[in-house]
Amino acid sequence: MSGIKPGYARALDLKHGQVDLTHGAGARAMVQLIAQLFARHLANDYLGQGNDGAVLPAPMLNGQPARLVMATDGHVVSPLFFPGGDIGSLSVHGTINDLAVMGATPLYLAAGFILEEGLPLADLDRIVQSMAQAARLARMPVVTGDTKVVERGKGDGVFITTTGVGVLPDGLELGGARARPGDVVLVSGTLGDHGVAIMSQRDNLSFSAPILSDSAALHGLVAQLLASGLDIRCLRDPTRGGLAATLNEIANQSGVGMMLQERAMPIKPVVAAACEFLGLDPLFVANEGKLVVICAAADAALALAALRSHPLGVDAAVIGEVRQDTRCFVQLTTALGGRRMVDWLTGDALPRIC
Amino acid sequence: MKYIDEFRDGAVARTLSAKIAAQLQPARHYSFMEFCGGHTHAISRYGLSDLLPSNLRMVHGPGCPVCVLPIGRIDMAIGLALDHGVILCTYADTLRVPASGGLSLMKARARGGDVRMVYATQDALHIARSNPGREVVFFAIGFETTTPATALAVLTAQREGLTNFSVLCCHVLTPPAMQQILASPELQSGGVQIDGFVGPAHVSTVIGSEPYQVFARQFHKPVVIAGFEPLDVLQAVWMLVRQVNDGRAEVENEFSRAVEPQGNHKAQACMAEVFALRDSFEWRGLGVLAHSALKIRETYAALDAERRFQLEYQPVPDHKACECAAVLRGVRRPQDCAIFGNVCTPDNPVGSCMVSSEGACAAHYSYGRHQEGVA
Amino acid sequence: MCLAMPVKVIQIGLGPAGDAALVDLGGVQKEISLALLDGIEVGDYVILHAGYALSRLDPEEAQRTLEAFSDLGCAP
Repeated sequence: MSGIKPGYARALDLKHGQVDLTHGAGARAMVQLIAQLFARHLANDYLGQGNDGAVLPAPMLNGQPARLVMATDGHVVSPLFFPGGDIGSLSVHGTINDLAVMGATPLYLAAGFILEEGLPLADLDRIVQSMAQAARLARMPVVTGDTKVVERGKGDGVFITTTGVGVLPDGLELGGARARPGDVVLVSGTLGDHGVAIMSQRDNLSFSAPILSDSAALHGLVAQLLASGLDIRCLRDPTRGGLAATLNEIANQSGVGMMLQERAMPIKPVVAAACEFLGLDPLFVANEGKLVVICAAADAALALAALRSHPLGVDAAVIGEVRQDTRCFVQLTTALGGRRMVDWLTGDALPRIC
Repeated sequence: MKYIDEFRDGAVARTLSAKIAAQLQPARHYSFMEFCGGHTHAISRYGLSDLLPSNLRMVHGPGCPVCVLPIGRIDMAIGLALDHGVILCTYADTLRVPASGGLSLMKARARGGDVRMVYATQDALHIARSNPGREVVFFAIGFETTTPATALAVLTAQREGLTNFSVLCCHVLTPPAMQQILASPELQSGGVQIDGFVGPAHVSTVIGSEPYQVFARQFHKPVVIAGFEPLDVLQAVWMLVRQVNDGRAEVENEFSRAVEPQGNHKAQACMAEVFALRDSFEWRGLGVLAHSALKIRETYAALDAERRFQLEYQPVPDHKACECAAVLRGVRRPQDCAIFGNVCTPDNPVGSCMVSSEGACAAHYSYGRHQEGVA
Repeated sequence: MCLAMPVKVIQIGLGPAGDAALVDLGGVQKEISLALLDGIEVGDYVILHAGYALSRLDPEEAQRTLEAFSDLGCAP
């Protein structure tokens, strides 16, 4: 990013203006966009220096050198604005959550924007404000960024890539390969809210009570869980592909099987009804503010209590257990007492969901 | 959800399971075909085979309209998109069915074909209205459940003067398919045992229960029409067991809350207005059947995509290793097919039974393969 | 394909031809077509499939069916 010079010409028309190709050309129009839109909302000392990169202190936690955790996420959600969030807050929450499930304390964010020619500046302004608010709440500044513009028709409004770094305390080892037979599987709350909130916009469903995306930053919930000192094997946030994809990933990474209980799955009745309409199974629908927790059986009750005592975990539930299975099958005992597989979803039932 | 939750009650399921077990004659084997793909899906999704005794087997039938559609018909749809440049509107289920030349409708879209998924015919009509300069074709598949909607779409398009809209009609009929199953050599020779049918739910809301009488009277096979919820299926199985034990062959209606003997007259009238019987039609698995499928009547010729675009059906044989044909007739189980679960999986389907979520192979792979021995 | 469900009719006479209705399932609402049925009233339940109501659900029959589940059929 070039240095921002004061006294530049006309202010951006944030009400009626649109992104055009000059905004991505690296010249004055781009500088103005950055100054009057991005930097205005995302303001922090690092960004304020206006350099090509942000110089960050060495990773430390409580005065001790700590391991660095890095995560990145691309966001192509359509529509850009949906009940309960927008692409801006989604992109911040998504990367925070990737760091949080590793046990890391989120520190800094980088954000890359690919804007489509014709995107209303009012929309971009709203999105960036939403990002800024999400970043502020998480105390995770956007310290560096980039903007490019593509011709009309070559993008879809805006695509955002966020990359985050965080620090990991010594001795904390979380990972998908650590689940063991006998462990317990928990989720932090209701399943399928995000995917249904998005799909309902596309399919002209209306609701007597709105279904909101559950998009949220989970680092606080994770910190509370980890502070309890329990034997937590693995944390993950079930996004695309839903709970089914996440559990299948973990099962394969750890070389184990799982048995879930359909009756224990927390699902909002209106989400269940929407899934009937849309022909979806909530277990395969994306979430953006939920945690899957695998912990030692002895600690399950306390893990549940720790989750439930946090505002984002009030609907937490034990949903199954890990078992010995060389085939790494994730199975489910249905509400009727029969058994079936919970397989990976084939293809993408819900494109452009995250 | 009213009329849904009560029909999925776990405690009642256990009662029904016990009821069925109590009714079985221990030395006897029972084998019932659930005709409809929706029932195949319900049985797999709820793990109902775990609630049925081991001497009772459910045989999956051909009532999955995607599964019985031959490759040549998908080729016609792909051709419309790629060669004629139409906007091809289709239900989601057909998108991934493998067709000729390594293509599917989904792959045709990746190649630039304008293939669009719709949930209902109203969506296709909307696309036609919004794109007056483009030809829009609705790929109409399905048994009698979806046929009335297609009929209404044709009538609406004509009434509105939508000259850019037409229908590629691949609607098929349930009773001729059931008859073909019963007439199959394997059944005649005793190679396959089918003691009765679980009749389709929503097809029956349209056609009523009367059309199944021929199977009871002529073929002496009981038919119990069942709703789609798992308790409906269990109750229908119990009713079939009772009939078999009693030596009866009748048409019974478990789905009495939605199916009447005469069916839906208005829907039937719409269908009769727009469609006529094809002399013959090729089905995947069942061969060429007479009077088993529908075409658009002369009156509505302008809305018939086959005539409008001068399309000719070219039969295409299935992949050599594909056993969909045998699976559809209930002669082989999915797991008996040599390429099941290795070459042919939901991610890389070879045949149609693995594509549709109602297909026997997809259902078994996605829901039921835990029943196999250790891989 | 056989994605059909019982829904409650909460508004009728909608759409340009007056044959569309607003239906509700568990708090989710959608506009669908009643063109294949006659005499449907607000409060009725219908079977919905691919945008169309195919038949009216009979509440008494539904109740009878539920009761039949628990009936062991001892009577001849």
